[in-house]
Amino acid sequence: MNYALFLGCNIPARVPQYEAAAKAVLKKLDVGLFGIDEFMCCGYPMRNIDEFVFLVSAARNMALCEQAKKDLLVLCKCCYGSLKMAEFHLKQNQDILENVNAVLAKEDLVFRGTIVIKHFLSVLHEDIGLSTLKTHVKVKFKKLKIAASVGCHALRPAGVTKFDIPAAPTLFDDLVNLTGAKSIDWSKKSECCGAPLLGINDAVSQSIMEKKLSNAKQAGAHFITVACPYSFLQFDTVQSRLAAEDTNWKTLGPVLYPQLLGLAMGIDSTILGIEINQINIASLESYLSSEDDTKEK
Amino acid sequence: MIFDILFYASVSICIVGTCYKVIDWTKKSVANQPSPSFFHRFSSLIKGVAATVFSHNIIGLFQSFFIDVLFQGRILKTSLLRWAMHFLIFSGFMALLFMHALDKVFIEQIFPWYYPTVNPFFFLRNLFGFMVLAGVGIAVYRRYIQIPARLKNARADFIAILLIFFIILSGIILEGVKMTSVSEFSTMVEDYAGLEYEDEDTLALETYWVKDFALVSARVKPPFEQDVLDQGFQLHETSCVDCHSPNTSAFMGYAVAKIISPFALFLDKFNAVTFFYYVHILACFTGLALVPFSKMFHMIATPVSLMTNAVEKKHGPKDRNLLTKQLMELDACTHCSTCNLNCSAGMMYESIKNDYILPSEKMQVLKKAVGKKQLTAKELKALYQGLYICTNCDRCTVVCPSGINLKSLWRNVRENFIQQSPDVPFILSTFSFVRGLNPGNIEKEVYAEPLAAAFKKTISIPEKTKPLKINARADGVNFTIDLPLVDTFSHCFGCQNCSTICPVVACFKTPEEELTLLPHQIMYSLGLGLVDMAQGSAMLWNCLSCYQCQENCPQNVTVCDILFQLKNKTFKNLQDID
Repeated sequence: MNYALFLGCNIPARVPQYEAAAKAVLKKLDVGLFGIDEFMCCGYPMRNIDEFVFLVSAARNMALCEQAKKDLLVLCKCCYGSLKMAEFHLKQNQDILENVNAVLAKEDLVFRGTIVIKHFLSVLHEDIGLSTLKTHVKVKFKKLKIAASVGCHALRPAGVTKFDIPAAPTLFDDLVNLTGAKSIDWSKKSECCGAPLLGINDAVSQSIMEKKLSNAKQAGAHFITVACPYSFLQFDTVQSRLAAEDTNWKTLGPVLYPQLLGLAMGIDSTILGIEINQINIASLESYLSSEDDTKEK
Repeated sequence: MIFDILFYASVSICIVGTCYKVIDWTKKSVANQPSPSFFHRFSSLIKGVAATVFSHNIIGLFQSFFIDVLFQGRILKTSLLRWAMHFLIFSGFMALLFMHALDKVFIEQIFPWYYPTVNPFFFLRNLFGFMVLAGVGIAVYRRYIQIPARLKNARADFIAILLIFFIILSGIILEGVKMTSVSEFSTMVEDYAGLEYEDEDTLALETYWVKDFALVSARVKPPFEQDVLDQGFQLHETSCVDCHSPNTSAFMGYAVAKIISPFALFLDKFNAVTFFYYVHILACFTGLALVPFSKMFHMIATPVSLMTNAVEKKHGPKDRNLLTKQLMELDACTHCSTCNLNCSAGMMYESIKNDYILPSEKMQVLKKAVGKKQLTAKELKALYQGLYICTNCDRCTVVCPSGINLKSLWRNVRENFIQQSPDVPFILSTFSFVRGLNPGNIEKEVYAEPLAAAFKKTISIPEKTKPLKINARADGVNFTIDLPLVDTFSHCFGCQNCSTICPVVACFKTPEEELTLLPHQIMYSLGLGLVDMAQGSAMLWNCLSCYQCQENCPQNVTVCDILFQLKNKTFKNLQDID
């Protein structure tokens, strides 16, 4: 298995621990990662301003993968959604495709739509498979309740993103459960984290996030897990700011999924960058209990 | 005498110009950011420098001096070819400066037997010159033939390349002309060998020099007689060899001498040696005098930038030298375009063709604005767009070979623009994410005001008392902008699922007032041809793009996609840059 790794803009600048943890996990699973330095923005923020420019930006990244003959593994759910959306439109409309390729031609690139775009979680679930993943879990979590936040840009529109069943997604729950943790049922697991409105309407953005977090807390979650830098920044950076302003705030610690999986696979928490998270989630490790430990006892 | 006057004049211009620039660093501010007094900033600078030098940071400074400044490791990280180019020019030029231009001050003190015409110095001078020329060759190849994506050439880049080329070329020509010149030869013979030019011995020596040293003489022409050559060689061995190595060691000068040999006598008659001597020193002194006023000022500013940013990590509002550093960094930019090559917004530039989306061009225009030139309204508009269309991926800062903290510069200048012209709608795009994530020390009211102003500008509240003017569908639905499937709004049968499920609508007590039109009402409006009304809805700018509406529409109306299209249309109307 070999993929080109798409990091996007946020991960290298603000969530380097996501890259580190994902790479550590994928290395143990023997997934080869191919770096393409020429990758640029997926186009996501540009979609607000000019859809054509968004399409060019997304298409160039896919064209680079076509050139390298590599399928694409995306860590960010907004990047994933953007790339899938662009792929969908470009395959639907010949005129747009021609205009986009005219821009790409300056760099001798062309979008044909021959590569597969996958989110990190889909690669784990579909390509590696749950049974293989289970064999890599060295230490299981015990009595740990996790709220899995699906991530709206990967989930919807499902006809375009083809990530999971939008009404009742299960992919992320399967991945959480195999670590021994319990993925809880909560009504807002497929809701938006509020990040797209951060910086535009902070009140709405925070209200959406608060509702989501309190719903997860009410459902009994100890931690919330995500596989998207936007959601993570929202739950980590923004939540810690709100907690600092409001003394009554009950923090729900966010954990990036590869950090959760990595711990269960026996990877050191330093490698997984757990201490880089703003909200301290060191207590997560106390839920780990290896079978060896129980035998000794 | 003339040499001294020119030398001291150019040195004075260089020193005065440099001081002027450094004072500017502590006086002006990029894009008119509010600045404390010059005195305050100057004292902060002195304190900052002292605090850095007298701390453990001094080790970091030394490390950066060797790795970043002398070895230029950051250029090597970007490209081997670029590193070779710069290192050849830098090392060749520095070597020539210390071994050739300032020979009396440096090399003679170390090697008392130094003589410009003796090897290894005779050869090395040419080797160093050759290195500089090779570097210049690569620079020309890179900038004008290879042309990496989004590389921009400015006049200053051309002038810098031309100046270096001319300094070295004039030196080589001078050397070549000297080699062929009989008058130079006669002076040497009389001054150093103690011979008279008219002597018969000298004639033999001259013959030997014509044959082997590229000298061109009117009285000695081939074929040469062997015994005369032998006699000349012996005289050369006794009188010349100690302080003059073979001219072939100075390979470039020798090549020039061979090329010009047919005209050498003519050139010598018109005193070409003196002429080219002045051409060469004038080129050098012009270069020296222009250092503070040209791209060459990066020789001073870039090492300062590299060393400062190697030890100085905090770039927030707490940094009292922030404005000073920004000014210094503008001068440290060499316009190499490494940032452009790596810019995440590169494709946005390729489609919009606003130069100021590219980091290097933003640096150029900000530099221009710091100078006396006032930016035009069109330039300001384009700069605003360029500053906003930035994904804050920080790659420009990571790759910049001059170590410039571009991300901090963009953030500060952008915030300044936002506050000075608050109603520009770019702030309503997801590019604002980082502003919301790290508002830093911006006061709450200052943070919120531009957002409120932008909302006000883009939202139009329909007057409910008047009857709506419904356009004829033909011109109302002139709306299939760029993408297909946007006319799906006509499938809407009014179930209101989209508005019911929308998490944003659920955030408001009276959403129809605060959002002016709810998603289903926007779809209605479009169906009725009321595009302007739909476009004025606050819902557009409060959309999370979570696609709940679209996913749950029983009629497959692409609600969320349509909101994107409407936003696009607003930006097109408001931000067209011709």
